[in-house]
Amino acid sequence: MTDIQTGPEAGPAPHAPAAGPAAPDDDELLPLAVRQARAALRGPKAERVVAGRVHLPSRLRELWRNRELFVFLVRKEIKVKYKNSALGFLWSMLNPALTLLVYFVLFGYFLKNGIPLFVIYLFSAMLAWNLFQTAVMSGTIAIVSNSGIVKKVAFPREILPLASVGSAFMFFFFQSIVLVAFLVVFRHAPAWSELWLLVPAIAALLLFASAVSVFLAAVNVYFRDTQHLVEVLLVAWFWGVPGVYAFSGHIHDALAKHHILWIYLMDPMTPIVMTFQRVFFNVSHAYSTQPPHALLPVMATYGTHWYVAANLIIIAVSVVLLLVAMVVFGRLEGNFAEEL
Amino acid sequence: MSPVAVTANDVSKRFRLYHEKHQSLKERVLHAGRNPYEDFWALRHVSFEVLEGQTVGILGRNGSGKSTLLKCVSGILTPTEGEVRLRGQLAALLELGAGFQPELSGRENVYMNASLLGLSTRDVDKRFDEIVAFAELEQFIDNQVKFYSSGMYVRLGFAVAVNVEPDVLVVDEVLAVGDERFQRKCLGRIKEFQRDGRTILFVTHAADLVRQICDRAVVLGTGEMLGEGPPGEAIRLFREHLRMLGEGQDIAVPGGAVAVADPLVRITAVDVEHPGTGSRPHLLPGEPMTVSVRFEAERPVGDLVFWLSIFSPTGDLVFGVDTQVLEVPFDAPAGAGACDFRFDSVPLLDGAYPMSIGVRSSDGSVVYDEREVRFEIVNPGRVLGSVALPVHAEVRAVTLQ
Repeated sequence: MTDIQTGPEAGPAPHAPAAGPAAPDDDELLPLAVRQARAALRGPKAERVVAGRVHLPSRLRELWRNRELFVFLVRKEIKVKYKNSALGFLWSMLNPALTLLVYFVLFGYFLKNGIPLFVIYLFSAMLAWNLFQTAVMSGTIAIVSNSGIVKKVAFPREILPLASVGSAFMFFFFQSIVLVAFLVVFRHAPAWSELWLLVPAIAALLLFASAVSVFLAAVNVYFRDTQHLVEVLLVAWFWGVPGVYAFSGHIHDALAKHHILWIYLMDPMTPIVMTFQRVFFNVSHAYSTQPPHALLPVMATYGTHWYVAANLIIIAVSVVLLLVAMVVFGRLEGNFAEEL
Repeated sequence: MSPVAVTANDVSKRFRLYHEKHQSLKERVLHAGRNPYEDFWALRHVSFEVLEGQTVGILGRNGSGKSTLLKCVSGILTPTEGEVRLRGQLAALLELGAGFQPELSGRENVYMNASLLGLSTRDVDKRFDEIVAFAELEQFIDNQVKFYSSGMYVRLGFAVAVNVEPDVLVVDEVLAVGDERFQRKCLGRIKEFQRDGRTILFVTHAADLVRQICDRAVVLGTGEMLGEGPPGEAIRLFREHLRMLGEGQDIAVPGGAVAVADPLVRITAVDVEHPGTGSRPHLLPGEPMTVSVRFEAERPVGDLVFWLSIFSPTGDLVFGVDTQVLEVPFDAPAGAGACDFRFDSVPLLDGAYPMSIGVRSSDGSVVYDEREVRFEIVNPGRVLGSVALPVHAEVRAVTLQ
């Protein structure tokens, strides 16, 4: 027998497999009763069904519980976008400013449409439109491009398209700084007394964009054409919104003549864009910059109440659409992990 | 009555396997109605309950539906039929570092990943240093994750995940990553979870790990539940299933290739004797030990080989021997018998050592029976490690001329 020097002989070694607190490297399983008692110390836990249909109220609760994740995802999207570029964050403002400069030169010197301060007319529309377009385009691919986490981590997936809307909203803020700069440079005052109209308009815009994004994000998992289709549709859609052209005058009259003006105004983006123009551009008629300097109708002549009503209707409709989109999303969600 | 933490109620999951995947609109329209697919049931009528505080292993070979089951439990997949009920918060370690953003720093990713797993920023603030220390990334935490090595990536992923402190932890075979030292650390952390009374659901095909940490195990074979029970029983079931599939190679039969189960010879008892038998349950390092295997043969069987393998607490083979190697041939008459393995000394240090003891035919083609027994060694001394090597020290001064 080998003689081993293992130090002083301890009497009966401290061997306590039961209740005593186990040493970290103890390999013996702690009795279940002890473990359960410890689990009970952490208080009662809610029971829930993880698999199977999850109903809308509990989906909404889950979303609210994960609001921090939403913030992280928005922050991530913004950070990742400009990581490793020298100007970084500045691009979010530089980009629209340069685009605007192009339009300014294009419409000011070559395609003269006669609208004075057309840049501001256009940019107030673009501001709203860009938010919508960015949100919908990145929202549509939100699930597919995050397939890595969708397949491996459980969290309310609606949060991905919603975060796309969130980050589009952040870019919207940076772009509005550019608009403010333009307003200052051109010494053009917005409609101060109607500035509050922006609140319902932005709410309507965010809700509508969320509804569209959540719906398309789910559909795109099953039909990947959606993302390409959406891109094209958005380009077409932009021309349905009074941005590059004046609403009043030809467009308005032609539509009214055929009694289809209501169709034009049914597009939720139209009243939203018009609200932005109403607030920032705020010129219903102007003398054309082109000879013979005739009086041009530019914007609709609706009163404030029209804008309020239009935006409230869009908000109400969008809330319904968003809930419907979430229900559809919930139905389709079950197979995301296998379709990706 | 102890509360149930996880209930799987008749869970079935069907996958549609398309022979040709038509993922675009055009293709779907063109192939509408004649889209060739097969239904594949990854899970069929799986039901089990996990009591709060229990650690349950899910044993199955590749493709048996273990991962699908875990995904259903953690809510990543929705079962086609049935439902899963959960009590408390769940965290799933299906893939470490899933959702890491390569462009962001380690620090940002910790917050992001933790939030993805359901941990609030305030909680991360409190545990941030702990997480970083566990991942051993103090130096690199502010570097972009894309510069991390795969090991660092996985370490950070694990460190975040285990700090979520869920009521129910679901672990896929993530312990197979990282270097051995880190694996041990992860296992230690999981045992800590266990001692805290958290429920653990554990997927693996490593039977030893199940034996080591599970209270019970569920055995899955091609989507169906083969059974459940205490680890030893479940492992036996699992091995039997493998044998039936002709994958017997998985069984550690010293010297044998493919083995078939045959209940001709049954092990009735295994006794471990040592000088302290009766007074203490454990051995001291270096003590002699006798393992007696008592068996019964239904009828006379020729060329029986008894084997004995000792595993370390982490599941590595420490020592393996059989009566063939020891050149003790034995032809059993019908009736009872015994085989004694006598160790003059067991020079091992602290630990509970599982032993696999079995009886097979000499060519290894038939395994008659197999048992798992463990013995424990407690080291009253102060030497460290796993083997008690005989050593003496001598210190002297050497005078330089």
